[in-house]
Amino acid sequence: MKVIQHLIRTPESAIGLGILVLLALVALLAPVLSPGDPLRIAARPLLAPFTDPSFPLGTDRLGRDVLAGIIHGARTSLAVGIAAAFAAIAFGFCIGLTAGFAGGLVDEALMRVVDAFQIVPSFLLALAFVSVIGASAPVVVIAISLGAWADPARLTRAQVLSIRERDYVASARVIGMHPVEIALKEILPNALPPVLALSAIIVAAAILTEAALSFLGLGDPNVVTWGSMIAEGRNILRSSPSLSIFPGIALIVTVVGVYLFSEGLTKTLAGRRAEE
Amino acid sequence: MTLLEIRNLSKHFASGGRNVAALTDIFLTLEPGETLGLAGASGSGKSTLARILMRLLPADRGSIRFRGEDWLALSGAGLRRRRAGMQMVFQDVLGAFNPRATVASVLDDPLRIHGVVPKAERRGEVAALLDRVGLPTSYADRSIREISGGQRQRIAIARAIATRPSLIVLDEAVSALDVSIRGKILELLVELQRERGIAYLFVSHDLAVLRAVSHRIAVMDAGQLVEAGTARQMIENPQSPTARALIAAVPRLMTGPPQGHKHEF
Ligand SMILES: Nc1ncnc2c1ncn2[C@@H]1O[C@H](COP(=O)(O)OP(=O)(O)OP(=O)(O)O)[C@@H](O)[C@H]1O
Ligand SMILES: [Mg+2]
Repeated sequence: MKVIQHLIRTPESAIGLGILVLLALVALLAPVLSPGDPLRIAARPLLAPFTDPSFPLGTDRLGRDVLAGIIHGARTSLAVGIAAAFAAIAFGFCIGLTAGFAGGLVDEALMRVVDAFQIVPSFLLALAFVSVIGASAPVVVIAISLGAWADPARLTRAQVLSIRERDYVASARVIGMHPVEIALKEILPNALPPVLALSAIIVAAAILTEAALSFLGLGDPNVVTWGSMIAEGRNILRSSPSLSIFPGIALIVTVVGVYLFSEGLTKTLAGRRAEE
Repeated sequence: MTLLEIRNLSKHFASGGRNVAALTDIFLTLEPGETLGLAGASGSGKSTLARILMRLLPADRGSIRFRGEDWLALSGAGLRRRRAGMQMVFQDVLGAFNPRATVASVLDDPLRIHGVVPKAERRGEVAALLDRVGLPTSYADRSIREISGGQRQRIAIARAIATRPSLIVLDEAVSALDVSIRGKILELLVELQRERGIAYLFVSHDLAVLRAVSHRIAVMDAGQLVEAGTARQMIENPQSPTARALIAAVPRLMTGPPQGHKHEF
């Protein structure tokens, strides 16, 4: 809870946290805020925004409610973003731990793989993966995390290597602690926080990648996403720009919120370390 | 029986194309209940010797016998079990503790690992250890981060005596502390030695500290042992230039004979 107090103290992370909490609420309460299927036809097509109070943001080419799309799209964006970031960090953390603890050839081999994944642009990787396997929510999540696990892996390995040399690990060896216990109790919990601090930035990147994939028609076709809404609106961008603008704003606000929050989180963690 | 016997110990580091002879043919012995002060300038190899002794670093050459056993031949579970007999106190009063640890967990670990007391008595033993090093037993639930440097060093000492060792290696154990606290910690160490017959290998670059606690002092320079003798002999009549330089660095080094284990600060 101290972390949250710290976070609220800096204005940018307070704003970031506010945006994220709001988004999370919208995402969680989507079925209540806007009941029913957001992909079903709700009214006359191309209803202009701010004209009909029951469809504040208007309707799209097929008469689907734009506001409902945005509310349900928040769900997809956040769910895919968080799932991809979680998968990337969990996988990267395991690889980094293995490399850092094993050392030698294993380390060398794993780090070359990490290099390879870092060199390939992550969006291309996701694009290739989804086009080959086919679009569905789990595939999109895997595709995005493929391009995102390398950073956490590298950071975890660096953490392990540095913590291994600390005096408290030497102390643990001196009192006769088993190496497995040292790894689990002394090294792992102290290696994790800086890696977790990467999560916000990975979530932001994942949300953008997901939107880009949907924009290209490679998202899951059975859910509404901000990216697919922008893509739909693009065809009639001139006559009804609002169809692309509203989901675009939602996307920008989300990514900025995540970014501000992650800045604050990084600062808080760094500050706490400085206090120690 | 001699407690510790170091023979021919050598260690070099090859880093960045440079080859540093950190230790060259070191011979040292330590008797039970004795304090051997290890002096020497920065980079002379004192910490390297301490770390090899603690089996934190492999030696290149040489042998160490501890309590009659070939200490360097031990490994795995056998080594871990015998580590109870030789403990260490580090210089960095913060770095030596897991930042997430509480005082109780720090002291409980060695008790649990070596089964020093039955499980049900561990809490009581933690309290007894705290009491022994002069801290209130209520400190058990505090985080290591919440206590002062001097108190942390008391915890480090409590952790070191938890397994009832016969030798404790102290690498600059009081160097980072305020002068006022330093004297109290030295007093505690001397008391513990008298009470439990623990031998100390006391590493320090400060001859005044060594003079106060050591029976014998050995002086190192560039990885070599240049001089060794009783504390008094060493300070009144230093033979090597290194020892003379170290003595000259202490302005008011008392040269009177050590009265038992008294120290003036
Ligand atoms: N891991 C290492 N890699 C390379 N060189 C090292 C390493 N550890 C120590 N050395 C070198 O070995 C020599 C002895 O170092 P050591 O730390 O034992 O000295 P010290 O007497 O403890 O010095 P101080 O009083 O500063 O603590 C130094 O020249 C040091 O640079
Ligand atoms: Mg040293």
